[in-house]
Amino acid sequence: MTTVAKPMPQPTAVSQPYWDAAGEHRLVAPRCRSCRTLFLYPRATCPACLSTDLDWEQLSGRGRVYTFTVVRQAAHPAFTEDVPYVLAIVELDEGPRLLTNVIGCDPAEVRCDQPVEVVFDDTGEVTVPKFQPVAG
Amino acid sequence: MGELTRAAAVTGIAELTPTKSPPPDREIEIMAVLARDAIADAGLRHDDIDGLLVVPAGGMRMLFPSLLAEYLGLRPTYADQVDLGGATAAGMVWRAAAAIAAGQCRAVLCVMASVLDPARFARAFRSEGGGGPSLGFGEFESTYGPMGVNSSYAMAARRHMHTYGTTSEQLAKIAVDQRTNAMANPMAMYREPLTIEEVVNARLVVDPLHLYEIVRPCSGGAAWVVAAPDLALANGRPPAWLLGAGEKITHSNLVASPDVTRTPVVESAARAFAMAGVTPADIDLVSVYDCYTIMVLLTLEDAGFCPKGAGGPFVADHDLTYAGDLPVNTHGGQLSFGQPGIAGGASHITEAVRQLRGEAGERQLADCELAFVNGNGGTMSEEASLVLGR
Repeated sequence: MTTVAKPMPQPTAVSQPYWDAAGEHRLVAPRCRSCRTLFLYPRATCPACLSTDLDWEQLSGRGRVYTFTVVRQAAHPAFTEDVPYVLAIVELDEGPRLLTNVIGCDPAEVRCDQPVEVVFDDTGEVTVPKFQPVAG
Repeated sequence: MGELTRAAAVTGIAELTPTKSPPPDREIEIMAVLARDAIADAGLRHDDIDGLLVVPAGGMRMLFPSLLAEYLGLRPTYADQVDLGGATAAGMVWRAAAAIAAGQCRAVLCVMASVLDPARFARAFRSEGGGGPSLGFGEFESTYGPMGVNSSYAMAARRHMHTYGTTSEQLAKIAVDQRTNAMANPMAMYREPLTIEEVVNARLVVDPLHLYEIVRPCSGGAAWVVAAPDLALANGRPPAWLLGAGEKITHSNLVASPDVTRTPVVESAARAFAMAGVTPADIDLVSVYDCYTIMVLLTLEDAGFCPKGAGGPFVADHDLTYAGDLPVNTHGGQLSFGQPGIAGGASHITEAVRQLRGEAGERQLADCELAFVNGNGGTMSEEASLVLGR
């Protein structure tokens, strides 16, 4: 049986540091030096003030499940064997949100506002941040 | 009252019956026939049309407005393409009225069509991961396996359930009442009776949304004419006057939504109602974008038909059918009428025009003077609201 590869991020000049950091198992986000806004996804300009004076900041990797869905029918053939899996928006303790997967648990046990922490998935050609439940 | 209030009216409509199988014609040919029928329905002549608003077809990303004008033998003084996703149709109505109010044209033809081969759609959906690079900021999303926009609406529903206690049975009530409406609409694709039990026991496609809570793609199209006051009476039927309009865009990807349980309808509807000088309590017909059951519930809350978070009990306690106390999507909504691509959003306008004219047949409301129309695009990201009235 042929295996279909999962879509992998195609880093750009702007996003490369984000993916490089993930490869080192660090979760980072741009912070605006002008208005101090911390944001994801990485952009060339700050979404609060459009400044291009940005710096990368390491995050705690801790957050909570803002919302989620259990995907039961894969849209892409690469995910067929993964169903059911949890697609979630995680809100990091520092504020920014990202789309991700919650792994390492029964999908039926995932809840909104559940505390989670980052884990890095090195199985593809680009390391991607995912999240797993933490106690308390 | 705003500057656009009664500056123009929707006067002519034409709409295809949605079909599961694609028609033999290309979109531009379908648009041409729809254009002919809408102009005739408006009681206007070919050379009265001096404005054109379109959704590009046939894969064209540029120069489509002039191509369609050429095909139709029109020489408009105003032409454009509009892209607000599912909010495009509603967005076109006020743009046309604004162009008329600015004196740039007097009769604007709005037209959109979608020819969809279900097998090809399914292949593209799979190969692009339900949208892939063409939908959203794929670099940060595709690798996590989203199911197109389905998963975005599922996540909005999940958070609403968590925060407000909304239930699947309450969401199902929306699909069921709209199905009752569709059973009185010969143009609707899905006209078999549907119960709340059937909705909640159907396949869970993307948790917590079940099969009948999700629109299914089809082919179709619609055209309508927005005309200046002196042309609006040409067909001798009651025009659907534009009384108020509002628009708001807050994000594109759901992850950038400030609050997934609160849509930009809050702002677009408030602006439309203020311009019209009416409130939700005055509305006779609610004709709002329903790509998913949750979208109807969020729209009712955010437009002010009920308090925030009270949408679940509200839809359970009110009869949303054409015979009910708060008629919603009397054509069946896109959930039962069908979603012919981008033209799905137009069905909320054509139905409002039929009801305001008194031409809705078996499902005609006894006294329909004011309609609230909402178009919703992307992931509850683009909203265009209209108040139409006699």
